[in-house]
Amino acid sequence: MPTRSEKIERTVLPLLVGSIGLTCWWAAVKLSRTNVFPSPLQVARGFVELGRRGVLLRYFRDSMIRVGVGYGVAAGAAVPLGILMGSLDRVGRALSPLFQVLRPISPLAWIPVAIVMFGVGNASPIFLIFLASLFPIVLATMGGVRDVPRIYLQAGRNMGLNQEQILRRVVLPAALPQIISGLRIALGVAWIVLVAAEMIAVDSGLGYLIIDARNAGKRYDLVVAGMLLIGVVGLGLDWLLRLAENIRSVRWGFRS
Amino acid sequence: MSENIKVSVRDVAMTFRRDGKELSVLENVNLDVRAGEFVCLLGPSGCGKSTLLNIIAGFLRPSMGSVQIDGQPVSKPDPRRIFVFQERGVFPWLTVTGNIGFGLQNLERSERDARVSHYIEMVGLRGFENSYPHELSGGMKQRVEVARAMAMNPDVLFLDEPFGALDSITRLVMRRELLRLWEAEKKTILFVTHDIEESVQLADRVVVMSTRPATLRSIVEIDVPHPRDFSAPRYLELRDAILAEIGLAHQI
Repeated sequence: MPTRSEKIERTVLPLLVGSIGLTCWWAAVKLSRTNVFPSPLQVARGFVELGRRGVLLRYFRDSMIRVGVGYGVAAGAAVPLGILMGSLDRVGRALSPLFQVLRPISPLAWIPVAIVMFGVGNASPIFLIFLASLFPIVLATMGGVRDVPRIYLQAGRNMGLNQEQILRRVVLPAALPQIISGLRIALGVAWIVLVAAEMIAVDSGLGYLIIDARNAGKRYDLVVAGMLLIGVVGLGLDWLLRLAENIRSVRWGFRS
Repeated sequence: MSENIKVSVRDVAMTFRRDGKELSVLENVNLDVRAGEFVCLLGPSGCGKSTLLNIIAGFLRPSMGSVQIDGQPVSKPDPRRIFVFQERGVFPWLTVTGNIGFGLQNLERSERDARVSHYIEMVGLRGFENSYPHELSGGMKQRVEVARAMAMNPDVLFLDEPFGALDSITRLVMRRELLRLWEAEKKTILFVTHDIEESVQLADRVVVMSTRPATLRSIVEIDVPHPRDFSAPRYLELRDAILAEIGLAHQI
C-alpha cells in the first residue's frame, strides 16, 4: 500500500511537471514569435471550436468503432488460436514460424496492401487494426498456455478431469494473466496504428482530424488539440484493460 | 498380512534416456503397503524416490515391473488416489474454497459446500475461505493442498516432500496435523522425504532407499505408539539404526 505522502506525490508531482511544461510551451511560442505553432490557449480555443462544430464526438465515435471491430475480431480469433498453438505441439510447430516472421513487420507497412485489398473506406483501417492486434495476442496466449506449470495439469488429471475440463478449468485460468498482458499490448499497438491508418484511408476519425486540420489551412491549433485527444483516449483505453489486471482471480499473475 | 495389501510394487525398474545416455534411476523395487498404513520412502535428494512415487501414482510408467492397487494394475492417475505436491500445486486463481472444492464438481452443491467446509475446519483455515493463495503463508497453502486432497475422499494419499519448503516450526505443526488427519480418516499414506527425523516421527514403516540407481536397502518398522516422544530410547534407537543404515555416523 502506498503511504499518504506517496499518494500526494503521485498527484502533485505530475501536476507540477505539467504546469512547467505548459509554461515552457507558452514561453517558447511567445519568445519565438511563431505564427505557425499555437500557444496552449489557442489549442484550448481549438478544442472548443471542434466541440461546437460537432466533429469531436463524431470523429471519436468513428475511431472507437474501427478499433472496436478490428481489435474485437482479432481478440476473438487470436485467443483460441493461441490456445491451440500452445496446447497442441504440432499446431504450434506448424504455425509459430509464420507468426514469428509476420510479427516484426510494422502494421503500417501493410497500408499499401490494405488499400489494394479493401480500397479507401472503413475496411482498410479495420483490417490494419486487426493485423496489429492479432500477433501480440496470439503469441502471448501461446506463451501463457505453454508456461502453465506441469504440476497444475497433473493435479487436474489426478482429480479426474478430462481434456476439455483441463483446458477450461486449469489451462485457461492459469494462462489468463499472460493473455491479458497480450490484450493490453495489442490495444496499445492498435490505437497507434488506427491514427496512422486514418490519415490515409478515410475521411473521419481522430487521425483524419490531424491530417485534415493541417491540409485545410495549416490549423496547427487543431492539430495539437487532436494529438492531445489521441493521447488521452489511448490512456483511457489502457486504463480499462488495467482494471482487468485487478480482478482478484488474475491478480496473482501481476507484480503489484 | 497378505489379505489387506493395498499397494503392491513388483520388480519395478526405471530408466531415463538423457542426452542419448541411459540413466538407471530405479532397480528391482519390491514393496507391499497395507491398507491404512503410513509408509515413508526415505533417501537422499535425487535418489529416485519421487520417481517411484510418481510411478505408483500412475503419472509415470515403469520401464519394467508393475504396480497394483487393490489388485488392479495402475496405468494412469485416479481420483481415488490423490498426489499432494509441495504447496506449489495450489491453484493461484482460486480461493481457498475454490481450491478445496475443485475436484468435487460432480457432487451436489449442498454436499460440496458441506465437504469443503468440513475440511476448511479440519485444517484450521476458517476465516480464510475467500482468500487467494498469494495472500497466504507457505504453511497455509500446504494446508489447502492437503485439504483439497482429503476432500476427494481418496483411499490413498501420495505426499512428495510436502513440508520441505516450510520453516522448521511450521513443519512440526503440519506433521502433527497430518497424523491427526490420518488417524481420523484411516487413509493409506505414502510419504516421500529425505528427512530421517520426519520419517521416524510419522511412519509405521520407513523404507530406506539407496542412492541412484535406487534400490530398497531396508525396511524399518517403527514400533513406537503415537504420540511419539522424540527423546524416548526406542525412538532414538530406531533413528540411529536408520542413520547407520544410510552410513552416517552419529556426529557431525
